[in-house]
Amino acid sequence: MKLNERSVAHYATCDSPADHAGFLRKRVERHHHHGTSYQRRWFVLKGNLLFYFEERESREPVGLVVLEGCTVELCEAAEEFAFAIRFDDAGARAYVLVADGQAAMEAWVKALSRASFDYMRLVVRELEKQLEEACKSLAACRKSPRRSSSSSRKRHLSNPALLPLQEKPTTLENGYSTWGSGGCVASGAACTDPDGGQTKPPPLPPRRRSAASSATGCPVPGLSPGLLESPVSPETICFSKLHNWYGQEIAVLRREWQERQKRGHP
Amino acid sequence: MRYNERELLSLARQPAEKAAEIRMSVPKKGSVLKKRLVKLVVNFLFYFRTDEAEPIGALLLEHCRVTKEEENVFSISFIEEPERKYCFECATEEQCQEWVEALRRASYEFLRRSLIFYRNEIQKMTGKDPLEQYGISEEARFQLGAHRQ
Repeated sequence: MKLNERSVAHYATCDSPADHAGFLRKRVERHHHHGTSYQRRWFVLKGNLLFYFEERESREPVGLVVLEGCTVELCEAAEEFAFAIRFDDAGARAYVLVADGQAAMEAWVKALSRASFDYMRLVVRELEKQLEEACKSLAACRKSPRRSSSSSRKRHLSNPALLPLQEKPTTLENGYSTWGSGGCVASGAACTDPDGGQTKPPPLPPRRRSAASSATGCPVPGLSPGLLESPVSPETICFSKLHNWYGQEIAVLRREWQERQKRGHP
Repeated sequence: MRYNERELLSLARQPAEKAAEIRMSVPKKGSVLKKRLVKLVVNFLFYFRTDEAEPIGALLLEHCRVTKEEENVFSISFIEEPERKYCFECATEEQCQEWVEALRRASYEFLRRSLIFYRNEIQKMTGKDPLEQYGISEEARFQLGAHRQ
């Protein structure tokens, strides 16, 4: 199967922020199990993609692990601070990685567990909903002096489809229990929503297309047109405000990236 | 560059955000439009010969530009090689617009920026950071305008 490898490699090395990076020792898989050896590599996590480079300064990754659908577990390997990335597929190889210390290992396990798309999508949709509720609360607030943000939060927290993540699991004897890459967030509800909005109860709001959705791929077109015309005027999410806000970040990022290019950042 | 092709193939079999038979051409000399099954799964676009179970190829949709071309047609190109275009000819203009919209929102980068945007707006409105309850407020990737590492 072909892959747009050049573009993928470019994405790995370009200046867009990495979610996590660091040295890890990667176990080398040998066919005849003549002892295990490890290779030190520089790892960079971007979204659901884990790249590894021979050196930190290497211009191209040596390899890529697509993390979608993986689970991350602590390892019973002979090495301390080892963890493994595994996939459901029977017979799929696991990637055994070794960190420099306890803190590094914990940080990696946490980052990798949350690397799946489903996780991000869930959080984004939840925030989308919260924003809508906040807008409504604000409109309601105008009528009564009481700040209603706490009640909208309570409503959210009672949504059983979405539990707050725990920073650490309750049992810490031998380390962590398995952190599924998407499994921590939803409790039993069908959280994957690949077909655009048809989730099981309690339902997340379906993708809405509004007239305001634009070619710039602005993130809030999902809000209903009614909201855009909210009488709460300074807080109204109107398109031009959105566009400007979005544009500001892009302008800042672009400036910074250009400066880095000038400085010969690899 | 090595990659876990097996997992990528497995991903290609997952339920898609969007899938359709669309005529497609690749940025190779002499390439013509051919009918393909095109399937969007997370931030990958897979394309299959219509009668085959395994995709011919996959496009990672990060740092790509989705451009509406002439009627019913859109293209995908990548930031570092903007002239090399993958072209897609849809059955209708409506289908074309739907795909353009879906593909522009398909990247992880887009999701991340949406999240940061919502977080910021909610914080402005309610004075509270909505990510705190998830324990992820300190994550580097969710900081506004952040550059890490």
